Amino acid sequence: MKKEYADIIHRCFRCGWCKLPTNYQDFNCPAYLKYRFETFSSGGRMWLLRAWLNGDIQTSERLQQIFFSCVTCKNCVEACALPNIKDKLVDIFIAAREDLVEQGTVPPPVRDYLKAMSISGNPYKKPQAERGAWAEGLNIPRYTDEEYLFYVGDVGSYDEVGMKMARSVATLLSDTGVSFGILGEDETSDGNDVKTLGEAGLYEHLAKQNIDILKERGVKKIITLSPHGYNAIKNEYPNAGGTFEVYHYTQVLGLMMNDTMPKGTLNKKVTFHDPCYLGRWNDEYWAPRFALGSIPGIELAEMDRNMKNALCCGGGGGNFFTDILGTGEDSAAQVRVKEAVETGAEILAVACPICYKMLDDAIKAENLEEKIRVMDVAEIVNESRK
Amino acid sequence: MDTIYEKIADIVGTNYVSNAAEELYLYSRDQGVQQARLPDYVVMPNSTEEVQKIVALANEEKIPIVPMGGALVLSGLTIPQKGGIVLDMKRMNHILEVNEKSHYAVVEAGTAQGMLQAYLKKHHPKLKHSVPDAPPVATIAGNIAIHGSGHLSQSEGGFHTEMVTGLEVVLATGEVVKLGSCSTVPKWFSRAPIPDLAGLFMGWNGTTGVITKVGLKLFPSPKLKDVIMFMTEDVDSIPDILFKIIDTEMAEDIAFFVSPKPAYFDGFQLIMISVVANSEKEMKLRLELIHESVREYMDSKEAGFLPLPPYMKVKLLDAPQKNLSEFADIMKGGGFEYVGAIMPVESIPEAYRAGLEITSKYGITYSMGARVVGRGSCVMFYYAYPFNRADSENMKTVAKALEESNEKALEIGGIPWKTEISGQQLILNRMEPETYKMMTEIRKLLDPNGIMNPGNWEVQS
Repeated sequence: MKKEYADIIHRCFRCGWCKLPTNYQDFNCPAYLKYRFETFSSGGRMWLLRAWLNGDIQTSERLQQIFFSCVTCKNCVEACALPNIKDKLVDIFIAAREDLVEQGTVPPPVRDYLKAMSISGNPYKKPQAERGAWAEGLNIPRYTDEEYLFYVGDVGSYDEVGMKMARSVATLLSDTGVSFGILGEDETSDGNDVKTLGEAGLYEHLAKQNIDILKERGVKKIITLSPHGYNAIKNEYPNAGGTFEVYHYTQVLGLMMNDTMPKGTLNKKVTFHDPCYLGRWNDEYWAPRFALGSIPGIELAEMDRNMKNALCCGGGGGNFFTDILGTGEDSAAQVRVKEAVETGAEILAVACPICYKMLDDAIKAENLEEKIRVMDVAEIVNESRK
Repeated sequence: MDTIYEKIADIVGTNYVSNAAEELYLYSRDQGVQQARLPDYVVMPNSTEEVQKIVALANEEKIPIVPMGGALVLSGLTIPQKGGIVLDMKRMNHILEVNEKSHYAVVEAGTAQGMLQAYLKKHHPKLKHSVPDAPPVATIAGNIAIHGSGHLSQSEGGFHTEMVTGLEVVLATGEVVKLGSCSTVPKWFSRAPIPDLAGLFMGWNGTTGVITKVGLKLFPSPKLKDVIMFMTEDVDSIPDILFKIIDTEMAEDIAFFVSPKPAYFDGFQLIMISVVANSEKEMKLRLELIHESVREYMDSKEAGFLPLPPYMKVKLLDAPQKNLSEFADIMKGGGFEYVGAIMPVESIPEAYRAGLEITSKYGITYSMGARVVGRGSCVMFYYAYPFNRADSENMKTVAKALEESNEKALEIGGIPWKTEISGQQLILNRMEPETYKMMTEIRKLLDPNGIMNPGNWEVQS
């Protein structure tokens, strides 16, 4: 544990502000919402971490579950009452995971994820050669000297829902005349979730691999599909020598909606779910709303927990791959889709492939298919243009 | 095999009972300086029926049981002194009814203050409940179990227990009882006119039963809010100033405080007055009447109103105020505990001087203050001492200062509130023997096997 963290862990008062959003509506920490023991709150985690570092608590399966159930959504950072420690909370939890990874004491799903990332370079254990398969038939060039590189990431490259989303975004960019290319089989995982799961060494390796190829190809501007990739490339890669102009795809859409984008009409009520890695991690709340709001006919309805108060889908911090949080009526995704239904919206708009999959599954688990469906922002724009 | 664990798991499911080292560690302590004591199980029921079964099991097996709300009491009242079960009530957090026409709500015991606030704001914006200074995860029933107070305690009738219109309680022997009007008709509007049995569970710190539902008075929520700050250097004038303001009946909340930090506040006695109104005209009148009430102090140039910048007003009008939690970080140490003594308004100057003496003796920093309760029938005077959790000697010093503050509060005619076991002993030593005897007999009657939060409110040898 870094000294700068070890020196401040005792300063958490465990006052519990971190459990709620700033409007107090309901528990907003996915791990606490699911498990409800004080140990699974951010404050409880801080106190246990201190006990663990002091030798009062030993490494155990339960302790691993507690540390790895954090979805790094940063609700606690937003809500914490102590200005001098709040910004470091999630970094501290990631540092604790790093210690567990270093000890080799991690839950089996975390071990399996990290193993797959080490061996296959992706969590799906699929061949690297298939990374560009999502783009088949779209005539997207491999990046040479286009204005933008469209960076897709693991979920967009291999997951069925992610691939669908990647195709939507790419189609829209192509149709609008954006000059872009992809890396395809030369793309490497962005490493964001590897980092948040505590494997700093592997993250550095992945980041370097990406940075090297991006530099080699002369990439200057990047559009990402996933807010997770956006976060890694924008905020972490500069520390590893890779500085690029990075946009999340909704930011590009937001910019285009006023002029270059040919729009149709879509008479639907839509509610937008803020992805943590776009919102609380990067303070971008308006671009997706602007893109959606620019479509004639769309009525945007906000959930009570929105923007800085948004409830995470539960897939952050590697949980999408490790499923430490699991499903159930108190799982963040299932609670979130019920909240979305309360708005009366027919479409739950997302801007992240992880959120897409998590919320889509939750709708099925809650039998809400008749009431609401998940669509990503690009899909919605495409739909309006049909 | 742990058969008790198995039996509890049969009631609440395996996900909501734990005897893992991690849960036992965390539920063995609170944020204050009291000694940790390990429970044997932490259990999270989801219904009155589950509470009933757990308590019945505990009673049968003679296992101590400690109900816990927001885990924010600070003085160790939910630390299981004799092990057993800590009953974390926060899964029972449903708002069951808001009767807008009769101005009351019925909530499950684990409902967080903040959640009720948010619910009322959204669904019944013309109504509000009295919010304590505790963080918003503090629970409604937790505050009832400790005789808490809040931001409407000055204007709307006193302690939060005085705002209770009914209770549902699981007795230590496993029966469920309803107390108040809800015992007789399907409405939770009042504890009167029938004999008031709710008092057997309010302020008893979970030593007589488990509160599972609470009926609570709601109050109008005027749309305009303002806050003004009166300041003097003469602590002896504080009771008179407070009564002048109280007697106008124009203020919602009145709180007195002193703090050596920031340095320019040192020596000033500050009175924060919150005012609400339905119109600008009403607000103006209320503020004018309050100003008028303390005119003689202003004219004498001994006191006056402190100009407050808008950002500070916003912070001060928050209920609860987030910056109160920041006090825990004054020593960069993540801790504070306080003695909150209920005492007459007239005792404030003496209480303040005693606090200065104690903090000077122990070389610790402090915050002191008082919230007016029940139109001035009393105040909750607090001596709050921050400490560094990583410095055990500092924690011991603060523990001594707290104990001495408890003693001093009693000496000057106050009674420590939600006090530590050592403070309870001080109170019991002074209590009329027949009163203590009655308390003990009531407990024996309600809890024949002594399972409810044992170690609390018992004379120790």
